[in-house]
Amino acid sequence: MPSLVQFNHVEKRYGEGPLILDRINFAAERGDFIALIGPSGCGKSTILKLIAGLSPISGGTVTVDGMVPENAIEELAFVFQEPTLLPWLTVQKNVEVPLRLRATRADHREQLAKTCLSLVGLSERAHYYPRQLSGGQKMRVSIARALSLSPKILLLDEPFGALDEMTRDHLNEELLTIREQKAWTAFFVTHSVAEAVFLSNRIFVLSANPGRLYREVPVDLPYPRTEETRQSARYQALVADVSKLLRSVERNQL
Amino acid sequence: MSNKTLTRTLPALTGVLFIGLWYLANAMLSSEQKFLLPQPHLILKAFQTNGDALWSAALNTLRGALLGFGLAVAGSFIVALVLSLTPLIRASLYPYLMILQMTPIIIIAPILILWAGPGTVSVTVITFLICFFPMVVNTTQGLISTDRNLVDLFRMCKASKHQEIFLLRVPAALPFFFTGLRIAATLAPIGAIVGDFYAGNSAGGQGGLGFLTIVYSSQFKIPALFATAVTSCALGFLFASTVIALSWFTMHKWHDSYSRTDS
Repeated sequence: MPSLVQFNHVEKRYGEGPLILDRINFAAERGDFIALIGPSGCGKSTILKLIAGLSPISGGTVTVDGMVPENAIEELAFVFQEPTLLPWLTVQKNVEVPLRLRATRADHREQLAKTCLSLVGLSERAHYYPRQLSGGQKMRVSIARALSLSPKILLLDEPFGALDEMTRDHLNEELLTIREQKAWTAFFVTHSVAEAVFLSNRIFVLSANPGRLYREVPVDLPYPRTEETRQSARYQALVADVSKLLRSVERNQL
Repeated sequence: MSNKTLTRTLPALTGVLFIGLWYLANAMLSSEQKFLLPQPHLILKAFQTNGDALWSAALNTLRGALLGFGLAVAGSFIVALVLSLTPLIRASLYPYLMILQMTPIIIIAPILILWAGPGTVSVTVITFLICFFPMVVNTTQGLISTDRNLVDLFRMCKASKHQEIFLLRVPAALPFFFTGLRIAATLAPIGAIVGDFYAGNSAGGQGGLGFLTIVYSSQFKIPALFATAVTSCALGFLFASTVIALSWFTMHKWHDSYSRTDS
C-alpha cells in the first residue's frame, strides 16, 4: 500500500515571489501524528495548504491516498489557527456546515453533529452562538466541525496558539483521546516544542528561507499519553533535544 | 437618584429645557419679529388647522420614499453581488457609480422632470439615486470582506459558488448591509422631500411635504412650515427606527455589536 501522504521534491512559490518550500520529501503513514515546527516563514502552514489542495505546487509531486490533493479533498479536514466559526449560526449548526455542503441528509447530519459535539464535551452548548463561548470552547467547536466529516487526515494549523497554557494542555489531551476513537492521521503545525512532543510520533523540524525539512525527530513515547507523560524523563529529554535543534536552525539563519 | 431614573428623566428634562429656551427666545424678540420664531403652541395649532394637508402630503412623501428606498435596497443588493465577483468588475463599474453619486440632485431633477414629468415617478427616482450609493458601497464591502479561512473551508467542502454566496458571503455581509441600510433610511425621506420640492406634482393632491413647503413659504405661514419640518422629522424617525428594529431582529442573537457589556 502506498503511503497516505507523499511529498516528492515539492517546491512552492507564490506567483513570482521567492521560494517558500524547497525540495520537501517525506512520506506519512496511516496513523501518524506529525508535528511541524520551525521558525516563522519556514512554510509549515503552506505544507498543510498543499496537502489540502488549497494552493497549487510549483514543482515536484504531492499525493494524498494515491491521488492528487484536489481529488482527495473528501478525505481531509482542516482546523484553522482561529476558530473561524460562522457567527450567525449556533454551535450545532456550525458543526453541521461541512455536512450540509456535502448534501448529507438533515436528520443524519444532526445526529453526526451531536456525536462530534459530545466528543469535544460541548453537548450542553449546542444551542449557543459562538460569541457566547470562550476561546477554548470555540476551538473545540472548530475541531468538532472538522471531525463531522470523519476525515482520514486532519490538518491542524496552530489550533491552540492563542489559548492559555492550561487550556492548551487540556485540549492536547482531549485531542489524543478523541484520536483513539477516530484514528485519523494528523498534521499539526505548532510553535510549541512541548506540544509537538506531547502529541506526535514524528516531529518535522523545518528551516526557513526557503523552507526545508531540516531534521525529522521520532518521538518514541507510548500512547496513550497523559499528564504523567509530561513528567517522564524521556519526554523532557525529547523537549530539550528538539528545542536545541530549533535553536540551531534559527542560529544558522542569522 | 439612581442611574436608571437619571437616564430616563434627563432626556425628558432636556426637551423641557429646550422648549423653555424657545419661549424665552421668542419673548426677547420685538413684537414685529415674533412671527419669525413661532411659539411651540402656535406650531401645535398649525398642526390642527393644516392637519389634512399635512397628513396627505406626508402619505405622498412616504410613498415616494418607500418606493425609492425599496428599489434602492433591491437594486443595490443585485449590483453589489455583481461587483463582489471580481476586482475587474469593480474597477470598471465603480467610477461610474461615483459619477452618479457626485452629480447634485438639483441638477438631475430638472432633467428628470423633462423625461418623466413631475410626480411620483420623478420623486421615486430621486429618492432611489440618493439611497443607492451608500447601500452599494457598504454591501459590496461586506461581500468581499468574508474571512479568507471560511472561504477555504467552503472550498474544501466542495461548496458550489451559489452556496458560497448565499450560505457564507451574504450572511457575513449582513452587518455591512445594515450599516448601508441605516444611512439610506435616514436619506430616503429627505430624498423624497427634496425630490418633491423640485419634481412634485401639485395636481389632484399629489404633492408631498416638499411641495407643501413651497406653498407655505410663499404664503408666509411660518408655524405651518415648522409643522411641516416636524412631520418630516417624524417620517425620518419612522424610517430609521424601522431599520434599527429590523437590524436588531436579524442580528441581536449573534452579532458582537449587540452583546451585553458591563457599562
